[in-house]
Amino acid sequence: MILTKDQQAILDGSKGETMAKVMKTLVMYGKAFNAEKMVEVTSEHNHLVTSFGLGVLDPVYQLMDKLIEANAISQQTFSCDPRPVDKNVPANFIQRLVFNKFMYNKQDFYEEQLQKLGLMDKDAFTCTCYMDQVGNKPNKGEILSWSESSAVVYANSVLGARCNRNSGIMDLMGSIVGYVPYFGLLTDEGRKAKWIIKVETTKKPEAQLLGSAIGMKVMEDVPYVIGLDKWLGTELTEEACTYLKDFGAATASNGAVGLYHIDNLTPEAKESGRDLIYEDAKEYVIDDAELQRIYDSYPIIWKDINAKPKLCFMGCPHMSLQQLKDWTDKVEKSLTEYGNSKVVIPTVFTAAPAVIKEFKKTEHYPRFAETGIILSYICPLMYMNNPTVGKTPVITSSNKLRTYTNARYYTDDEILVQITKGGN
Amino acid sequence: MKQFKGRVITPGTVSAEAVVTKAGFNTLASLQKSLQFGDKTAKVTDQNNPELYGKPIAGKALCLPQTIGSTTGGLVLYCACAMKRNPACMLFANTIDSLACAGAVLAEVWIDDVTMPVIDQLGDEFLNYVKDGMTITIKEDGIVEVEG
Repeated sequence: MILTKDQQAILDGSKGETMAKVMKTLVMYGKAFNAEKMVEVTSEHNHLVTSFGLGVLDPVYQLMDKLIEANAISQQTFSCDPRPVDKNVPANFIQRLVFNKFMYNKQDFYEEQLQKLGLMDKDAFTCTCYMDQVGNKPNKGEILSWSESSAVVYANSVLGARCNRNSGIMDLMGSIVGYVPYFGLLTDEGRKAKWIIKVETTKKPEAQLLGSAIGMKVMEDVPYVIGLDKWLGTELTEEACTYLKDFGAATASNGAVGLYHIDNLTPEAKESGRDLIYEDAKEYVIDDAELQRIYDSYPIIWKDINAKPKLCFMGCPHMSLQQLKDWTDKVEKSLTEYGNSKVVIPTVFTAAPAVIKEFKKTEHYPRFAETGIILSYICPLMYMNNPTVGKTPVITSSNKLRTYTNARYYTDDEILVQITKGGN
Repeated sequence: MKQFKGRVITPGTVSAEAVVTKAGFNTLASLQKSLQFGDKTAKVTDQNNPELYGKPIAGKALCLPQTIGSTTGGLVLYCACAMKRNPACMLFANTIDSLACAGAVLAEVWIDDVTMPVIDQLGDEFLNYVKDGMTITIKEDGIVEVEG
């Protein structure tokens, strides 16, 4: 790898031993991918995946302390993934005890570390930092040092920014020295598609199922999706962006997708069209039967598969403002249809603190509050990592949450019936 | 005994028992519970990976195509190394992915007393040949010997 004089000087220790180790980490990381150079991080803000003060991750906090002590702090301010705990979310005494005393007992300490390292503001905790209300929305072509798989795939695909699927800690390293190694999704070549996905369903495919199918098939390759514009249109409307948020999160968690192109819709596909596809690209056709096969393949790991759901989580990744409004309408209508006034399963919707703030200003919010649904800023995944919660039969339409916990997946329509009418 | 040649990501020599997955290794889903709840053997908890589910991987030679899933993956691997619950080595059939690479590099640079050799680009033939329980020996320069 060829380094500039400035980069080489940092590696040689001109800014101290710790900064040299940060640069060494990035250089080793880049060399593994044959990166020929380091490039400047050009986005205004960074985004970090590590938001939780989990006692057992002490090695991470020790490393953060080393960075802070050496004044090796981020050159950008950053947002961070959601907080793990919220007192508004249902939990019994034992569960709260486990959350506060045994699991996230380092939360306050870690948030102090984040403030020192460059947190945007005290409530900048969400996995959907790119929402307008949050204010960490990079521009097309900007180079990022982000992590959080769902945010990276959104930034690359929908916004046209350039970012590799960086890991936690590595995200911060790039932001500290201001450079990242040039490889993979930062390059034109790395953004070309090795898969053509043909969507041939008879109705609009469930975003989370379609993303799951594609993720499991293409793993880390870039897919070029044909036929989805029939259902999403050719403009990145709020509705289309919300769909792509959930779709992308599923591709990234059920596989390792960092970028997808949607024919006639996403920015690079609109610009370059099918020139983005490699000549020898493989093909995967997705029809109704294939989506059903994927749905049926999900394991149900509840102890009693006929158990009545005790909790429903929606919002992994965090819901958009439009989603909160749409779900308010849907839940209200469905409750009326089934003769109920409140949801029949305790239900939590999660969104960014800034989105929640805006939602509370809308005429939808009082109607939403009437449905009995709890609105929270937490990360459902972090909540469900509590072993005493893990035994609770939880339902969700999030494929990411299904993948990492024992939550059972249902489609959006099925969830709506479950929470307004009741299910099995 | 059969020999394979790969590329060294992090150096070292070691001999260990193979644990094999042909599906992507989801680092967060596989290791989060063992790290959180004191399982020193690091039994895999990823419900989507029946090849590995319930098998201990601490001190084993983990043979895999690549890792998948959340970008906490590298951080989780780094913590596994710091807590000495890491595989003895990681052997990738494909080119290593960015998350596993981050974890391996972070451990190599920032942890003084841990060595976890990582070799990639061993090819499909390696992953088709190696089976659970076989003995893996990593030599210098990315040479991997498989016996059993």
